[in-house]
Amino acid sequence: MAIEVEGKSFETDEEGYLLNLNDWIPGIADAMAKEDDLDLSEEHWEIINFLREYYEEYQIAPAVRVLTKAVGKRMGKDKGNSKYLYSLFPYGPGKQACRFAGLPKPTGCI
Amino acid sequence: MSEMIKNFLYLNRRAPYGTIYAWESLEVVLIGAAFDQKVSLAFVDDGVYQIVKGQDTSESGFKNFSPTYSALGDYDVNQLYVERESLEERGLTLDDLMPLTWEDEDEDWAEKDSIRVVSRAELAGMIKDQDVVFSF
Repeated sequence: MAIEVEGKSFETDEEGYLLNLNDWIPGIADAMAKEDDLDLSEEHWEIINFLREYYEEYQIAPAVRVLTKAVGKRMGKDKGNSKYLYSLFPYGPGKQACRFAGLPKPTGCI
Repeated sequence: MSEMIKNFLYLNRRAPYGTIYAWESLEVVLIGAAFDQKVSLAFVDDGVYQIVKGQDTSESGFKNFSPTYSALGDYDVNQLYVERESLEERGLTLDDLMPLTWEDEDEDWAEKDSIRVVSRAELAGMIKDQDVVFSF
């Protein structure tokens, strides 16, 4: 599979995750969101950028409960809860947000 | 229902690179952490090299996955035992290991050490008390 962004084609796996992490550009997140009928707001980007930083530091995409806890610590309890995160990413803040961020499927999401 | 929480010990005995064992073990730990069991890790023999700080794999062609050990605390895996004799036999001390920690949410995210150095005899006793031991 592949996704077309800004005139270029980016390869994805069968679940839509970007194959090459280093290919990622913000436009990929916008294009993937569009396919899921979402418009990315500042709140979405806050989480996507957080996930990319997490990957940079630990070399893994965090499981959703780990993400929830880490967001809570960094941005406060009103954002570090499943209700808020699912309101942004209805297909699951772990899987969907990681996909938008160009990361692999989260480690420990079952 | 009877008590379903079991003690899982992951026994890591091999050097981090050259075989897939160390990375596989770490992945299984992170995936298994979702199941709410009591998980501990032991580092024995060349397994102690898995958590040595300052790893550089740039010349070897392997991905340096040592930063991922620092995520264990986020996954609520914070019982890491290192065998004293294995360290000593390799001329290593606790100071040569990565400072792996976890943050206690109940104590305002106080940072606590995850690593404990134990003797071979203590570790043998711990292994005996486990319900499940995975050896990598």
